[in-house]
Amino acid sequence: MADSAPMNSPKNPKIARDIFSGSDLACRRGERPVFAGLSFSLRPGEALLLRGPNGSGKTSLLRIMAGLAAPELGELRWRGVDISGDPAAHRSRLVFVGHQDALKPALTAAENLAFWAAMHCVDSNQAVARGLDHFHLAKRADWPCRYLSAGERKRLSLARLIAIPAKLWLLDEPATNLDDEARHALAGAIAAQRVQGGCVIASIHADLALPKAKTLALGDFTVERAA
Amino acid sequence: MNAFLALTARDLRLALRQGGDWAAVAAFFALAVILFPLGVGPEAAVLTRISAGVLWVTALLAALLSLERLFQADWDDGSLEALALSPLSLELQVLAKCLAHWLLTGLALTILAPILALVLHFDFAGLTALIAAMLLGTPVLSLIGAVGAALTLGARRGGVLLSLLVLPLYIPVLIFGVAASEAAAQGFAARPHLLLLAAMLAAALALAPWAAASALRQALE
Repeated sequence: MADSAPMNSPKNPKIARDIFSGSDLACRRGERPVFAGLSFSLRPGEALLLRGPNGSGKTSLLRIMAGLAAPELGELRWRGVDISGDPAAHRSRLVFVGHQDALKPALTAAENLAFWAAMHCVDSNQAVARGLDHFHLAKRADWPCRYLSAGERKRLSLARLIAIPAKLWLLDEPATNLDDEARHALAGAIAAQRVQGGCVIASIHADLALPKAKTLALGDFTVERAA
Repeated sequence: MNAFLALTARDLRLALRQGGDWAAVAAFFALAVILFPLGVGPEAAVLTRISAGVLWVTALLAALLSLERLFQADWDDGSLEALALSPLSLELQVLAKCLAHWLLTGLALTILAPILALVLHFDFAGLTALIAAMLLGTPVLSLIGAVGAALTLGARRGGVLLSLLVLPLYIPVLIFGVAASEAAAQGFAARPHLLLLAAMLAAALALAPWAAASALRQALE
């Protein structure tokens, strides 16, 4: 059986199994096929980097993984169970940080973060403080978001990852606009998440040091249209 | 439940901090009503005759004014995507946003209506019925409006499309809302009209969040 495979030599065979996997996924945007025949699998503590040129479907794939869009073909499984069967359960195990920062300019940094924490049933000020602290935003806690720089806004939307416990992180270009210090903080957060057995999937243009991460080159699955 | 209240509280806080939108709705309602005595003339009998209708029609238009923003701001900054990925079901989130919308518009319109009724020589025998009808009818406006706002999300000229979609659906509320206060003013029972408004509210509470949530999912995909 799969459990007896020599990979990872598990003490507990359950942990060695794939936690999140997709098989034979295909996606199209309108009339344009984006990718097809894409498969991946992740074990607890693993990270997956999505690479590929613009338009190769990195964001589309992340949105499919989040359950926002359904794949044209194929299926996604969490611990072997199709995620489309119980979308609410899938939502409660993931945090998605997209291109847009989902921050309200009129609310302070702390209020924005506390709102997203509350939406994920985290009602503790400590969690919010930890999130702000990790991304060096403690001094900005009472600033309305309209006064934050682009990098600070990005850091604040990433702080959701610290404030909200989730097994699966889906990050769309998380290193955009980040300085070295913030990139370091992000790499630290990802490492801690992996140590705790969580999964991280990120689309990456800029460099981000993620040791032993798997890479998925989306360019390999692009569907070429007949000219 | 906490997430539900957190969403309502956030919408209220945003609206109160930014002011603009919601104050504009109340101001529009007041100004539009005041235009009628100026346009129709100060003759009391004529104004009394049209007062309930004018109050309701302007209230419908004022509520419509604020609907376009209901999901648009969250759509523009990516919040809607993040909301759709939070554990609370999208149907309940729609309900939470409608509650905030009603507190900011419907309730404000209900409070303003008796004051503006003075300008229109409203027959005050129908006052309780007017207030009761507005308390029952304005939440229906928010709920039906949410369906329209969700359907027109991301569409060009969403505002015009929204009015075309939503105004016909507001007609039953208008008819029974006006009928309730007119019946009371003429000494008939307002109760049947109020019960019908309550039935509409019950139906809208059950159906509108579901319809709006489907439309939002469609928009996000």
